[in-house]
Amino acid sequence: MTINYKNIERRVRINGIAKVIFSMSTIFALVVLGMLLYRIIAGSIGWLDFKFLTGKLSIFPEKAGIFGAIVGSLGLMLIVIPVTLVLGVSTAIYLEEYSKKGKLQNFIKINIANLASVPSVIFGLLGLSFFSRIMQFGSSMVAGGLTLSLLVLPIVVVSSQEALKAVPGFLREASFAMGASKWTTIWKVVIPVAIPGILTGAILSISRAIGETAPLVVLGIPALIMKVPTSLMDNFTALPIQIYYWTLDTVLTPEYANLAAATIIVLLVVLFLMNSVAILIRNKSQKGF
Amino acid sequence: MAHSNEKIVYDVRDLNLWYGQDQALKNINIQIGKNEVTAIIGPSGCGKSTFIKTLNRMIENIPSVRTTGEILYHGTNIFDKTMRIEELRTRVGMVFQKPNPFPKSIYENVLYGPKIHGIKDKHILQEALETSLKSAALWDEVKDRLHDNAYSLSGGQQQRLCIARALAVQPDVILMDEPTSALDPIATAKIEELIDSLKADYTINIVTHSMQQAGRISDKTAFFLMGELVEFGATEGIFSNPRDKRTEDYITGRFG
Repeated sequence: MTINYKNIERRVRINGIAKVIFSMSTIFALVVLGMLLYRIIAGSIGWLDFKFLTGKLSIFPEKAGIFGAIVGSLGLMLIVIPVTLVLGVSTAIYLEEYSKKGKLQNFIKINIANLASVPSVIFGLLGLSFFSRIMQFGSSMVAGGLTLSLLVLPIVVVSSQEALKAVPGFLREASFAMGASKWTTIWKVVIPVAIPGILTGAILSISRAIGETAPLVVLGIPALIMKVPTSLMDNFTALPIQIYYWTLDTVLTPEYANLAAATIIVLLVVLFLMNSVAILIRNKSQKGF
Repeated sequence: MAHSNEKIVYDVRDLNLWYGQDQALKNINIQIGKNEVTAIIGPSGCGKSTFIKTLNRMIENIPSVRTTGEILYHGTNIFDKTMRIEELRTRVGMVFQKPNPFPKSIYENVLYGPKIHGIKDKHILQEALETSLKSAALWDEVKDRLHDNAYSLSGGQQQRLCIARALAVQPDVILMDEPTSALDPIATAKIEELIDSLKADYTINIVTHSMQQAGRISDKTAFFLMGELVEFGATEGIFSNPRDKRTEDYITGRFG
């Protein structure tokens, strides 16, 4: 075998080209993001203030506030968080720790993974027919919250499964060898180790739920609600819905674009905060086995 | 239990074990005596780890495993429907090849067993902590840092912590699956000393790759080859005067 030294030159050049291509891709994404942010921030200047955050909705742009929408989005979280955590984590525990490995388990796992990629409109339709009509929750926060829970449940299940799978087998073994039952082992050893991963996945999916518009539109959640909801069974509106309808009505009232931009900023800040919490949890709990 | 010979802890009768289609243990018959250190030696893949993991039924965590025959533990067949696996494993502790402490404090590691078995009294727990760590010859090294994470200990200390954790539930038997194979010679020597001091109170079964180790620490030695128990007897006898040609070949280093 002879090493062709001329080739080294060529490979170094190719490496250079590859680096350019990859950094260009990153720059492209950053530029698009920058443009978006610039337009939104520019549009919201002068509109996003304390009065806007605490004010009630109005058809007059100068008076309009999004307090009702903020309360609505918080109400949705109040339903989505417990429902997805309890159902999602329990399902993941069953699938990873209890169910027998086999064809049926595989089939269920594949279907859950598939559900995670079903378009959100479909979940909206399911919510409309089941929660709104059959269960008669109408366009309440309960209907919206449960629909969004269904939407992100598969994601929580899959990410919790991954977190459980990442718990080293030797820890389970150690616990079993001490005479611990399966549940004791799961509760005392597996979950404490997996909880950062579970929470990270859960927070990320809940923040996705908060940003979802389509299922809520299908459920007939209106934007024009003057009354701030006081119970979970009340009609409500939410931040993404507010953004959606204001953007639609820009044709009639140009200032609605500014209102939408200001609301987007609020939603972005909420999402940013939640994702930061997720990253914080992940970084704080990196364990070296 | 009344009928059983008190000196015999384990009486294994015609034990066969399969992983799916592959037979890993063939007709094993062996008696393990109380307060004895029994070393299990043999080349890789001979079934020695499989055998020791059968004694506390940890092997059943592998779904394809099937066994026939019986293992009498103080006269009761461990495969009996009436035998609770949790109870068996509480009486029969295990130390693994790689130290496997929980990612918790030293304190929590040692007291994991007592706590899951429902002991809440602070004084009893404190006593169990101290006795177990002292028996595992670790107390002096960790008494000032009981609330540090177990992973801050060295590998050898971690393994002694795992031994302390196993001792904390006051088992009758301790199974050790190559407990020193991941450790350096100094840490190994400490564990060997420890095993010697533990045999006054416990029955110890140890799988080892090292024949020197078997010679140093065990009273009896069992030589496994291709799933068969080739020879079993007093360690001195096995090493000085093996009855079987295959045992002789193995201990003189002709293979394995």
